[in-house]
Amino acid sequence: MKHKLFGIIRRAGLLVLVVWTVVSLVTILIELVPGDPAIAVLGEQATPEQLAQFRAKHGLDRPAFLFGFPRDENSQRHFRWYGLSNRYDDYWVAILHGDLGTSFRTDRPVVDLILERYPATIELAIVAMLIAVCIAIPLGVIAGKNRGTLIDNSLSVIALVGISLPGFVIGPLLVYLFAVKLQWLPGYGLEGWQSIILPAFTLGAALSAILTRMVRSSVIEELSEGYVRTARAKGLSETTVVYKHVLKNGLIPVVTVLGLQLGVLLAGAIITEKIFGWPGLGLLLVEDGIGKRDYSVVQGCVLTISTTYILANTLTDVVYRWLDPRIRVS
Amino acid sequence: MSRLSIIGIVIVVVFVLVAIFAPWIATHDVGTTNLAVRYMGSSAAHWFGTDSTGRDIFSRVVFGARISLEVGIVVVTVSAIVGTIIGAVAGYYSGWVDRFLSGYFFNVFLAFPGLLLAIALVAFLGAGLNKLIFALCIIGWVGYARLIRAQVLKVREYDFVQAARALGAGDFRILFVHILPNAIQPLIVQASLGMAGAVLSEASLSFLGLGVPPPAPSWGVMIEEARDLSTLQAAPHALIFPGLAIALTVLAFNFIGDGLREYLDPRQRRR
Repeated sequence: MKHKLFGIIRRAGLLVLVVWTVVSLVTILIELVPGDPAIAVLGEQATPEQLAQFRAKHGLDRPAFLFGFPRDENSQRHFRWYGLSNRYDDYWVAILHGDLGTSFRTDRPVVDLILERYPATIELAIVAMLIAVCIAIPLGVIAGKNRGTLIDNSLSVIALVGISLPGFVIGPLLVYLFAVKLQWLPGYGLEGWQSIILPAFTLGAALSAILTRMVRSSVIEELSEGYVRTARAKGLSETTVVYKHVLKNGLIPVVTVLGLQLGVLLAGAIITEKIFGWPGLGLLLVEDGIGKRDYSVVQGCVLTISTTYILANTLTDVVYRWLDPRIRVS
Repeated sequence: MSRLSIIGIVIVVVFVLVAIFAPWIATHDVGTTNLAVRYMGSSAAHWFGTDSTGRDIFSRVVFGARISLEVGIVVVTVSAIVGTIIGAVAGYYSGWVDRFLSGYFFNVFLAFPGLLLAIALVAFLGAGLNKLIFALCIIGWVGYARLIRAQVLKVREYDFVQAARALGAGDFRILFVHILPNAIQPLIVQASLGMAGAVLSEASLSFLGLGVPPPAPSWGVMIEEARDLSTLQAAPHALIFPGLAIALTVLAFNFIGDGLREYLDPRQRRR
């Protein structure tokens, strides 16, 4: 029990450390902007007053960190301690109050922008996952049951092709096929519930390929177990053996991958959302954030996506340990 | 060697030769636009047809191989070297060094979704080939580091390492002369998969407008330029050829990586 508690504390500690590092990295990203961020946002024509006002409004006139090495009149760099009055500190205080700053462009709170867009991304990721599972389980079972045959080999090659084809190739191809040629489905933006089909399929394609491979090897492994022989000896039909007994045990690793992939899907959604004009977090990041140099929006999006990713991974790990006691022991 | 890895090797050899001899293979200048011949299908003059501004798609795909290969080689080499050194130090010294490196440092980098970190870096640094390579190295090294750490942990317990130590060899010599040469075999698998990843990431970032800026003939840029509805309608081949190039290259490196893994790990071969 004591050992278990220590493990949990260790994990939680690591989680806090990782989140702290990610937040710190995101806050200092703005220091990477070549030149002056204010000029980058407002343009070269901006008057000195406008620039000064902008810097003051977004705290860019304040020191970036606890200390720095500013230049003096002779262009020499000297160490200087700023204390707690710095932007890094401000950012932390704000985050702990649920505030991610205001957009450089629209003056709206970044949190509001993110909350508006987040549901669309989650919806896309979940539908993509459902599609992937619905494709992968039957295909994986068929490949595993017919191991080494032509069916198995061709399914394996298809899966590998699925992993290798990036979303930005599959996506436009699907648009060409289903929106331009056949005109069955909308290819861009939000037009009714059908709009989600193409983006979700694009996002889920690689995952379905990965899952097919996993289900296949799981089925092969489980089919050689003793309980399968028992079930067969009892006279159960092959379908019952595979779908009721083998799959139940074989799906444990699949659950982990699904959880881990939820994070990957959220990150991959950036490209899919751009292709289909899907109004989620990825589009906010790429078009409103990066495209318009709205650095505070970029920071907010990166922070939200990566934190979700980290939490999803940690949660999967916990669920996996709980599902499979063998892992707990080792 | 499996049949798939041989196919992979053949594709990669073709890809490398095309990249090296691009100026001799390309039939047209990659930047010359000619609106009179825009949206043309395949023909003797333009093997892969032309794009929305009348540029020759075949020549652009050929030169695109150069960008992909350059990014792939630099990213994999730098990531592998940095990852190997950090991983070897973590595995060899263990103790608090290892606890800091693999317990904290690796986890931070693994915790970030890789592409997002690259996007974030390039978004703030500005787009460009060198910045793209830098960003991909930042996300790439940790895979190698983790692998080498695990290998070094295993190899350093072998008798010949004890023998070298008994003969008075220093840490540096033991690590780099005795342990590493016996630990880096699986690195080849990782490097092959890493090439696939780098080619894909370069295309993804260029597609998002964060990599090689247009009009450079990066495959990602070509796909981005070919995916508006009017081009899709008039010239779907402008999308298909660079898409095929990316898919084949990535597939080939994955085939080789998978083949090598099976070759190096006989337990997997029997499955």
